[in-house]
Amino acid sequence: MNWEVVIGLEIHAQLATKSKIFSGASTAYGAEPNTQACLVDLGYPGVLPVLNEEVVHMATMFGLAVNATVAPRSVFARKNYFYPDLPKGYQISQYELPIVEHGELFITDDNGDDKRIGITRAHLEEDAGKSIHEGLDQSSGIDLNRAGTPLLEIVSEPDIRSAKEAVAYMRKIHTIVRYLGISDGNMQEGSFRCDANVSVRPVGQEEFGTRTEIKNLNSFRFVERAINFEIERQIDLLEDGGEVVQETRLYDAAKDETRSMRSKEEANDYRYFPDPDLLPVEISTDYIDNVRKQLPELPDEKQQRFIDDYELRKDDAAQLTVSRPVADYFEAAAAATDAQAQLVANWVLGDLAGALNKDGLDIGDSRISATELAGLVSRIHDNTISGKLAKQVFEAMWGGEGTADEVIEARGLKQITDSSAIEAVVDKVIAANPGQVAEYRAGKDKLIGFFVGQVMKETRGQANPGQVNQILKDKLSG
Amino acid sequence: MALHEKTVSELAAGLEAGDFTSVEVTQALLERIAAKDDKLNAMITVTGEQALAAAAQADAARAAGKAGPLNGIPLIHKDIFCTRGVRTSCGSKMLDNFISPYDATVVERLAGAGAVMLGKANMDEFAMGSSNETSFYGPVRNPWDLECSPGGSSGGSAASVAARFAPAATGTDTGGSIRQPAALTNTFGIKPTYGRVSRYGMIAFASSLDQAGTITRTAEDAAMLLGVMAGFDERDSTSINAPVPDYVAELGEAVKGMKVGIVRQHFDAGLDADCGARVKDAIGVLEALGATTVEVDLPNLDLSVPTYYVVAPAECSSNLSRFDGVRFGHRAEGAADLFDLYCRSRGEGFGDEVKRRIMTGTYVLSAGYYDAYYLKAQQVWQLIAEDFRKAFAEVDVIAGPTSPTAAFKLGDKTDDPITMYLNDIYTIGANLAGLPGASVPCGFVDGLPVGLHLVAPHFGESVLLRCAHQYQQQTDWHAACPEGFQ
Repeated sequence: MNWEVVIGLEIHAQLATKSKIFSGASTAYGAEPNTQACLVDLGYPGVLPVLNEEVVHMATMFGLAVNATVAPRSVFARKNYFYPDLPKGYQISQYELPIVEHGELFITDDNGDDKRIGITRAHLEEDAGKSIHEGLDQSSGIDLNRAGTPLLEIVSEPDIRSAKEAVAYMRKIHTIVRYLGISDGNMQEGSFRCDANVSVRPVGQEEFGTRTEIKNLNSFRFVERAINFEIERQIDLLEDGGEVVQETRLYDAAKDETRSMRSKEEANDYRYFPDPDLLPVEISTDYIDNVRKQLPELPDEKQQRFIDDYELRKDDAAQLTVSRPVADYFEAAAAATDAQAQLVANWVLGDLAGALNKDGLDIGDSRISATELAGLVSRIHDNTISGKLAKQVFEAMWGGEGTADEVIEARGLKQITDSSAIEAVVDKVIAANPGQVAEYRAGKDKLIGFFVGQVMKETRGQANPGQVNQILKDKLSG
Repeated sequence: MALHEKTVSELAAGLEAGDFTSVEVTQALLERIAAKDDKLNAMITVTGEQALAAAAQADAARAAGKAGPLNGIPLIHKDIFCTRGVRTSCGSKMLDNFISPYDATVVERLAGAGAVMLGKANMDEFAMGSSNETSFYGPVRNPWDLECSPGGSSGGSAASVAARFAPAATGTDTGGSIRQPAALTNTFGIKPTYGRVSRYGMIAFASSLDQAGTITRTAEDAAMLLGVMAGFDERDSTSINAPVPDYVAELGEAVKGMKVGIVRQHFDAGLDADCGARVKDAIGVLEALGATTVEVDLPNLDLSVPTYYVVAPAECSSNLSRFDGVRFGHRAEGAADLFDLYCRSRGEGFGDEVKRRIMTGTYVLSAGYYDAYYLKAQQVWQLIAEDFRKAFAEVDVIAGPTSPTAAFKLGDKTDDPITMYLNDIYTIGANLAGLPGASVPCGFVDGLPVGLHLVAPHFGESVLLRCAHQYQQQTDWHAACPEGFQ
């Protein structure tokens, strides 16, 4: 039987506010346990939550960026359950009336086509604390630093049809929140994570199959692997005549498998009801218009502009616009040289990306600035150096030997474009290799490569390759 | 006149005139509490040392010309208000060991005005009760009859003011918890408009109904306290950002020409006839002052108690989830696992009435029941609020009984929660509609006090205080002092 996969993602993006969603405590990561939790975060008797306005602004930005409706009125609700890292015994979230609804974005599907993924809703909520079990003999610790950290939970429609699409969608959301500056998207620190709802159904069947929810996936790789494992597990089950049980599952990265966490029967009844301590959030159209005016250029717009204005290939434009710093770097470099933008793009996505990756650096910490890279590309463009030598120059620049011009000067790499100088070398090479000359003239055209190589060797690679080729051909045929 | 007999305004005048010091007043009242609270059990914690230190500080401030509006005035806080460094039990075993690390806004503002805290008053556990019998610290006795309840949940506050332990006490009112005990103890109790006084630091029972207020002997004293307590607090999102009037200055404004609404349903079979007669006499006094009476209808009044007993337990079931034995409060010994820790800490820490309400609240919020109970109650709630809106289109104030009967015997209603809940039938409406309400002493039935209940439109505290103050100028019920507490 042929199966169709149906996936919906719930992404939790931690909002990059200085203080928590309902208290003034800091949200900085990595502090000593329980040093960044005030009485409100600790759920002390008598304390009350006060909404951090910044999160409303951020959620509004997100809503506009995904072409969603920003609700004129949204309501915080209490999700009631007991857990030691949940100090109040309830999480303040949004339930019936979320702040963002009916959004969408476009991903490139497995066939390279644009595909629309609907965004059901995005709502604001507070994060819980953390239970710590390691290093504590026979007991558990609670760290409430994270309690009250603002989250935007972004829920997709079940429009996703493969693990790859799921990753593409998640990457797109990741790009958007970072463009907007509303989340640092740091997945190691848990600032960006997702739950995946996965089901399968026979191709052509309308109703959904029974789904499982895989919790807390915190890397793109894990999302892909966990979903693929789960798809296979479900198909195997069904093909063996079994049934999928609706349940929550955990992905074990070490074993590359998902495991049952709790079934629907064990699921909590969260007894949601509007939080009487908080007023409904009312947002005016003026407010929304204002936020709209301040929105930065978004990835899709930027990509299209790169294609239109810089005449870049689509996939290069897409890659360059995945992160705003990379796009900014490219634009700065492109502006600083007369060379074709595509050449600049090749360097940014090629050697520069490779070097950054090798040294584990972000583009903001690049050892070669955008103008310095432009300097290198300009020397290729004006034939001062060949593309091949440029790689050597790049290495030297990366190693701290100075600008492209300085490296070229210091290493004497300037390209030889003086025809008479090249002719002299060509004559020398022809004279030194009579055998090969005879073979070439007898019809072995391939030997041209040998002669080019010899000339380049004599000139230590500095001769202009185009000129070398032309002069060789003229002389050999003569 | 002995110091303990003086009202807040009389003490303020005497302190200002230098007739006595705050230390002298504080000392006298502390001695009185030490001597007489055995009979009443009105106090959970007496903070003698801190009180004397604060009184000395107030006297020094006055000498330095820096006296606040309530400088040196002693008062008692209901034990629901968090007080820094002092046990804040909320009448529960759950918080018997809880020393609050911070002050509630009400506590902070009163202290900032120079008031001196004598201690913390007994109350129904987590403010859930109408008789003060649900307290972990035992029932409070009514100074007018030691066999009787002083009402609740602010029973300790009311009894201590009636017994002249202090001229004033704070209270909280979710369904009548200030006004009913005030009526039953011959004191003046006022619950302001929802949002008028900050709830920050007041341990939550039902967040959308809870409101802090005062119990005093006179409306004038309440006006003095309320002026300090009221006003916007950025730490409470439901507190209202509106200017606070000068309540004392407005006490003298005319009652003449005011329209007083009389609710027909208030005087039906549920009301004790003698209590009804006292209330009608009191309304007659308002008429004599130049007010006219108009009959108004609150057609959904009978739905207020059932609505309340869905909404309040629902909110309390969630509000009390934080008492889990993990971070503060009672923690069961030797728990086998997490679930056992929760069950036993909460099982041991909470009393029966609190458990009853948590269970009711959990039930009405549960999947499958939410629509039938919680959602329906929300709808009825709107109807009740709408009834009041319509009534206040016709009248300036509504007058009636505070409680169906005078004080009842301790133990009388403890086995019958429904009868107990019906005690709040006249007061709950004001909470549901968020309106200010007050109870004014208006006479006695068989030696037990009766209260006149007044309700005004939103932010109409001045209207209540003015009517009550001018009524108190014409009558001296409020001056009556229980036998044994003169």
